[in-house]
Amino acid sequence: MKVSLFVTCLSEMFYPHVAKDMTEVLERLNCDVEFPKGQICCGQPAFNSGYLEDAKKAAKQMITAFDGAEYVVTPSGSCAAMFKEYPSMFADDATWKQQAEALADKTYELCQFIVNVLGVEDLGASFPAKATYHTSCHMTRLLGETEAPFKLLSHVKGLELVPLKNNYDCCGFGGTFSVKMVPISEQMVDEKIRHVEETEAEVLIGADNGCLMNIQGRINRQGKRIKVLHIAEILNHQQKGGAEYANENRDGALL
Amino acid sequence: MPMKIGTEPFFERVDRSIHDDFMRQAMASAQDRLRGRKLEATVGDDSLIDWELWRNAGEEIRRHTLENLDFYLEQLSESYAARGGHVFFAATAEEANRYIQEVVQKKQAKHVVKAKSMVTEEIGLNEALEAVGCDVLESDLAEYILQIDDHDRPSHIVVPSLHKNKEQIRDTFREKRGYTKSEKPEELAAFAREELREAFLKAEVGITGCNFAVADSGTVALVTNEGNANMVTTLPDTQITVMGMERIVPSWEELDVLVTLLCRSAVGQKLTTYVTGLSPDLEADSVDSPKDYHLVIVDGGRSKALGTEFQSALHCIRCAACVNVCPVYRHIGGHAYGSIYQGPIGAVLSPILGGYEEYGELPYASSLCAACTEACPVKIPLHELLIKHRQRYVSGGGHPKASEKLSMKVFGIGASSPSLFQMAKGMAPAMLSPFTKEKRIEKGPGPMKPWTEIRDFPAPSRDNFRKWFDEHKKKAGDDQ
Repeated sequence: MKVSLFVTCLSEMFYPHVAKDMTEVLERLNCDVEFPKGQICCGQPAFNSGYLEDAKKAAKQMITAFDGAEYVVTPSGSCAAMFKEYPSMFADDATWKQQAEALADKTYELCQFIVNVLGVEDLGASFPAKATYHTSCHMTRLLGETEAPFKLLSHVKGLELVPLKNNYDCCGFGGTFSVKMVPISEQMVDEKIRHVEETEAEVLIGADNGCLMNIQGRINRQGKRIKVLHIAEILNHQQKGGAEYANENRDGALL
Repeated sequence: MPMKIGTEPFFERVDRSIHDDFMRQAMASAQDRLRGRKLEATVGDDSLIDWELWRNAGEEIRRHTLENLDFYLEQLSESYAARGGHVFFAATAEEANRYIQEVVQKKQAKHVVKAKSMVTEEIGLNEALEAVGCDVLESDLAEYILQIDDHDRPSHIVVPSLHKNKEQIRDTFREKRGYTKSEKPEELAAFAREELREAFLKAEVGITGCNFAVADSGTVALVTNEGNANMVTTLPDTQITVMGMERIVPSWEELDVLVTLLCRSAVGQKLTTYVTGLSPDLEADSVDSPKDYHLVIVDGGRSKALGTEFQSALHCIRCAACVNVCPVYRHIGGHAYGSIYQGPIGAVLSPILGGYEEYGELPYASSLCAACTEACPVKIPLHELLIKHRQRYVSGGGHPKASEKLSMKVFGIGASSPSLFQMAKGMAPAMLSPFTKEKRIEKGPGPMKPWTEIRDFPAPSRDNFRKWFDEHKKKAGDDQ
């Protein structure tokens, strides 16, 4: 099965190890993984701020980049949801709309793809640590995917997953919201971190680097010791101890 | 007082709210409680078979009604008039107030009692009546509390006094009304009840809002819990109902569905204590029913949404389910919105009715988490409407920052040129290295500044995924 990676601009810029983990996980599942080089950003920063025309430029770039793809898989529910928004952006342009629909139809978030398309839940991963999971809003509400990450995590050996209070509340990221509405975003992320602390988990797992960048940025600023990891990192982890792994310097693991 | 609350700029209101610990705790615990109760009475209630089917039905009814609003308004007007009531269409708040003032003056009325109504808050009816020498009393307990507390403003469309606790209410009653008992809700309610009883008997005019007006029968339906609306609509000789022009249902059949959606979504009740149907039937020999009925139908800017991408905002049935799940409302409360319509629906509706000059920040006061859209019983795509507002705001409707427009233009160019993007990615670590400490940026330059006010920014990675991927593929090819 041919899978085209849509690694997201955020992963490419800041979290390339997530893209690498995702590649290795999919290859282990016998996917023929390719990386379309024309990909940049889904356009969400412009779209959500109301700049439709600027967002369309990003969208056209992505539609073209993934033109030949069979399946498009991304480590972000939010960016996947943005692809699914494309058809609405080209309501008055039949040609682009048709291509946008084709892209929307073949796009999946990583967990969703593994569980629902490949039909696999146990990836043989092991991660001995106490962790909790942040359910990202766009993945649950816009993609409607509420179960896949939990199914995958339930098979990770040694992982003790504890529930997170008010997990349905947004972490305060919201793209440009996080810089336009700083005082409100701050209260939201602080409440999220309070609930994470209440779980006494060593690790916070999420499936969207946007949310994770926000939560981790605030945790670092507060000097707290909770580790923040993308679910692809957990799923690709097979040998070493969990908490120990999380403490490693992840940079340089790549090249 | 009209729709607007306060005169401070948006961020000052937000700042004040964020530092109001009591209010914030009240909001959080109310949300947690209301959310639980709503879920139990909706998705959790097997007797409904499938809550989603109810939502679909609600959406269909509202869409159909708004698409045929002219027809149903005419039908309502005719059926109400056929039963002896007077109908007045008010294009503006001023027109509505003037008409009501005239009715009251013609009756030489001095005492007016009101049931809870957001639209009368919106048009500032109380002040208009006081200006012509009327004594106006709110009889909904929450509104009564706000009124005697120096006209405090509502912070929630269903529970207007949500920002006050029982101790604060006790103190207000003591200070303003000579109350002597404790903060027990029963004692507070009994006291208010006694005061209100007098007012009901004295009032010449009763004014209510309208949850739904039934077009084919000319009936105004009121959904309440306290019973005060029944006193307001029974005792005074003159009845005035004020309704937003979209609050209409074709017949009792649709009313049934919408009342079900409203009660369950608003307060998690299968049905409120009272659902009152008020028709202006004049019985010549009746000694105890009102003698005169008026229905004031207010546009107040609503027609600006008709036929636009915002029409579905008029589908709202004012249940506040979106408010009760909104994480922004949770932390800033109602007053920070600066409008009597708060939360997600307030952020959509206030700019439609009051314009971007006054309410331009509200569409941005959302992380677009879509909890509102998920909660709405009539499936208004609230978070999408917030984006539509932003689109209008930046394309001529409002005043976006020039720097933002420019950076979005640059974004558009960068996001459609792989070589530019790769160049920027390659340069970023070096360019940001003066700001980078131990792989994080604590004080970022330019657009990064607001982010780093409260959080660290990750240093751009020096690793190159594209390069790794190519080598990885090559290696796999060599191995075969």
